[in-house]
Parts: sequence; C-alpha cells; structure tokens
Amino acid sequence: MKLLLAPSLVVVGVFAAALMALLRYSLVEFIPGSLQTGGLTADNFRAVLARQYLGAVWDTLLLSAATTLCTLVASYPVAYALARTRSSRVRSALLVLTLAPFFSGAIVRTYAWVLVLGNTLVTWPVPLLFTERGVLIGLVHFSMPTMILLLAAALSHIDPVYERAASSLGAPPARVFRRVTLPLSMPGVVSGSVLVFAWTLSAFATPELLGGGKVKMIANVVRDLALDSFNWPGGAAFAVVALAVTLTILAAAGRLTSGRTT
Amino acid sequence: MTLPTLVVIGVSFNPTAMLSFPPAGLSLRWYANVVTYPQFQRAAVNSLLVTAVAAALAMPIGTAAALSLARGRLRARSAWATLLLSPLVVPGVAAGLGFLILAASLGLLRSRVVLVMAHVALVLPFVVRSVWVSVESLDPALERAAASLGAPPSRVFWRVTLPLLRPGLLTALLFAVIVSLNEFVVSLFISNRVTEILPVAMFTYVVNYTDPTIAALSTLFIAGTFVAVWMADRFLGLGAVFLHHR
Repeated sequence: MKLLLAPSLVVVGVFAAALMALLRYSLVEFIPGSLQTGGLTADNFRAVLARQYLGAVWDTLLLSAATTLCTLVASYPVAYALARTRSSRVRSALLVLTLAPFFSGAIVRTYAWVLVLGNTLVTWPVPLLFTERGVLIGLVHFSMPTMILLLAAALSHIDPVYERAASSLGAPPARVFRRVTLPLSMPGVVSGSVLVFAWTLSAFATPELLGGGKVKMIANVVRDLALDSFNWPGGAAFAVVALAVTLTILAAAGRLTSGRTT
Repeated sequence: MTLPTLVVIGVSFNPTAMLSFPPAGLSLRWYANVVTYPQFQRAAVNSLLVTAVAAALAMPIGTAAALSLARGRLRARSAWATLLLSPLVVPGVAAGLGFLILAASLGLLRSRVVLVMAHVALVLPFVVRSVWVSVESLDPALERAAASLGAPPSRVFWRVTLPLLRPGLLTALLFAVIVSLNEFVVSLFISNRVTEILPVAMFTYVVNYTDPTIAALSTLFIAGTFVAVWMADRFLGLGAVFLHHR
C-alpha cells in the first residue's frame, strides 16, 4: 500500500525540484544581457523593496485585501441560497453557474471583463478598464466561485433548527443572521477569505489584461523581469517572496481553524 | 456572475472588427478566423497533446496515491496528503519560473517534457482528492465478499474496486482535463511559439490584436465547459462532491 504513493512522490519531487531551482536563482547575481549568473548575493531580495517596485508590492496587498472583502460580501447571499434551497433544480442551476466560471480558464474569464469594462454601449461613471478599480472587479469575479463553494459547504453543515429556534424566540431576521448564522459559518468565512487572499496575492492574468500595463501586481513584475528583461534571478526573488507570504498565510490559517481542510 | 459571459457571446457574432455590444449584426467570420488562424491550430494540437498525456499519467498515479492514503497504514497520513495537495497553493508565477529555470538547466527548453511534467503536478491534487473521497465512501465488505468467494486480489481490484470507484474516477478525469486545458500562468513561462497551448496563444492574441476572434474562441471554451460541468452534475451529482447534505 505504501508503495502506491511512490509515483506521486516522484511528481511532487519534480515540482519541489522546480521550486528549489527558483530558490537557488533568487540567491545568485544577475549579469545583464546574459542568462549566465554570478556568485551568491542577497541583492535580488533587496531589490524587492526598492522604490521602483514598492508600488507593486503595496498595490498587491491593497488589492488582495479589497478583493477578499468584496468577494466575501458578494458571495455570502449566493452561498446561502445554494446551501438552503429545497429545490434540487435551483441548487443544480446555482452549482453549474458557480462552477462553470470556476472551470473556464483565466483568459476566458478575464477577457470577458475587458469587453464589459471597455464597451461602447454603457458609459461607466468612472474609467474602469486599465485602472485599479477594473482590476478589483475582475479579481472579485474571479474569486467568487471559490468563496461561494467554501461558504456553501460551511453553511450546509449548519442545522436550520438553530435559526428557527432563534426566530421562534422572537429574534428578527437580521439578529438571527448576526447572532446565529454568521457565527456558525465562521469556519467557511475564515477559510474562504484566507484562500482568496492568498490566491489574489499571486494573481497574474487579471491585472495583466485588465490593468493594461498600468496596474502591476507582484506576479506581473515577476513576468516582466523574467520574460522581458531575462532577469531570472530578480524575478525569482519576487516569486520566492510571493511563495513565502502565501505559505505563511495558509499555515497560520491552518493553525487557526485547527486542521480544517478546504 | 453571468453577465460578462453573455457579452462575450454577443461580441463573438459581430460582423465588424469593432468590439461593440450589442452586436451590429450576425456573422460567423470570427469563428472562421479561429479555425483558420495557424497559431491557434498549432496551439489546439499542443493543448490536446499535453492534456491527454498529462491526464493519462495523472490518473493512475493519483488513483494509486488515493488508495494508499485511504487504505494504507500510514503514519502521518495528513502530512502525506498535504504534501500531495501542495502544488495547489503555490503561486503560478513561482511554479512557472521554477520550471523554466529547471528546464533550462536540463537543456529541455524546446521540449514539451517539462510542460507535461508541470501539468501532471498541477492536476494531480484534483485527481487524488476526487478518488480519495470515492474510496472513503466505498464499503470494504463488498471487496471482502469477493475475496471470501475465492477471487484473487487482482481480480477483486479490477472487477469490484475499480467499477465501484467509477464516479470518483470520472470526476477526477473531468477535473484533470478541464484544469489542464485551461492552465495558463505556468504554461506561459515554459512554452514557446512552437509548444504553446491554447490559453497562452489566446493571451498573446489579446495583447496584440483587438478584433472579436478571442470572443469567438472564448464562446467555444465556455460552451464546452458548461456542457462538461452540466453533465458532471447530471451524472455524478456535484452536490455530493462540494456540499454536505444530511
């Protein structure tokens, strides 16, 4: 039985080798105009905090926080409907509508927003395409399926008896929600928010297409450095930072919700 | 949630090269463009190739791992599970650049091998999870019954265990194919004009041209995904996978 794990460990081993290669490159010197690298150095990490990139780091954190909050608010009603509807037809329809964007790729989903935000039919009150607001909209839409699924899973664990008990004792609906439903769904809220925040931190396609080169997040800086300037060590340092922050957040959240998996 | 999708579908039937919505008429010229654009043809072949090989590798590897995780007497079972599912949480650019550096150091920059390896690693968590859930809900009494009636272990596996796992295996295959076909960030780093898969070719096209061709191609992708997800829900019951019901 243990032997059956071996092939998958080889796959994970290759993946780990790629990340080790990344880590190694983040610590070597970049020689401009060449893929050859120099000796060991910490300069790549120093560059992450350089003034020219600080904006991207700050934007990434700000956009991730805003995305998490907006996604949570927008997803809760859908998740509630999904978990509580008695009609299997409504549930199926909601599931398919939620999962289809989840499974259509980043490009398809982001391109849709390029068309909506850049359309000629409706004049948006503020410019959206190629602005941070537009990127935020795209990121929220991108994160909603994940959040809806995690919230719905948590909500479907709550026995509706608790809510009925609260309202039969005279609590108005808003109070039932605030004092019963919301606290009981906290595991879903926490795991959904953490996952969305961590994923948004390394979002690439959405800021790349909806930001039009004007909005840069960490992942876009990695691409620019690695694929345009061929500065693999510089890109590697940014990627390692993104990786480290993501893993730290997920580990902290894992401890917080004590072993609940998504 | 669905509004952007409707706009994409509308724009894809535009007769002009403007991205106007509602469309000024009806035309299939952008669909014709999708089918005849050489780079999309090449990328479509690459996509099918990479996805087929990656799924064919990930299915047996993931199923074996799921059986081991569910049935094996493992110490630190959850640690193994976390390890196997970990590629899911690694940022795409980190994995992408890592695989690029790895490919360069192995002299595999022009080959599809690294692309396939990356796809196997990225779809494996989905396969392991789907099959694992399925194994957990399988009643071992059925296998014991077959064995007590004299079936050798290999026969029990092929005639009892695998058929009972079919819903989980189908879900796993569906996940593997959809995730691989849509994978973008990692593939962007480790493919070139010759080996690139469809999402990467679409990205390059969006950056360079503004006509509705991508709307047409997106519509095809969206239609395919909707049909796949709808069928999965119809035949496998997605509610059982994603929601808990008493």
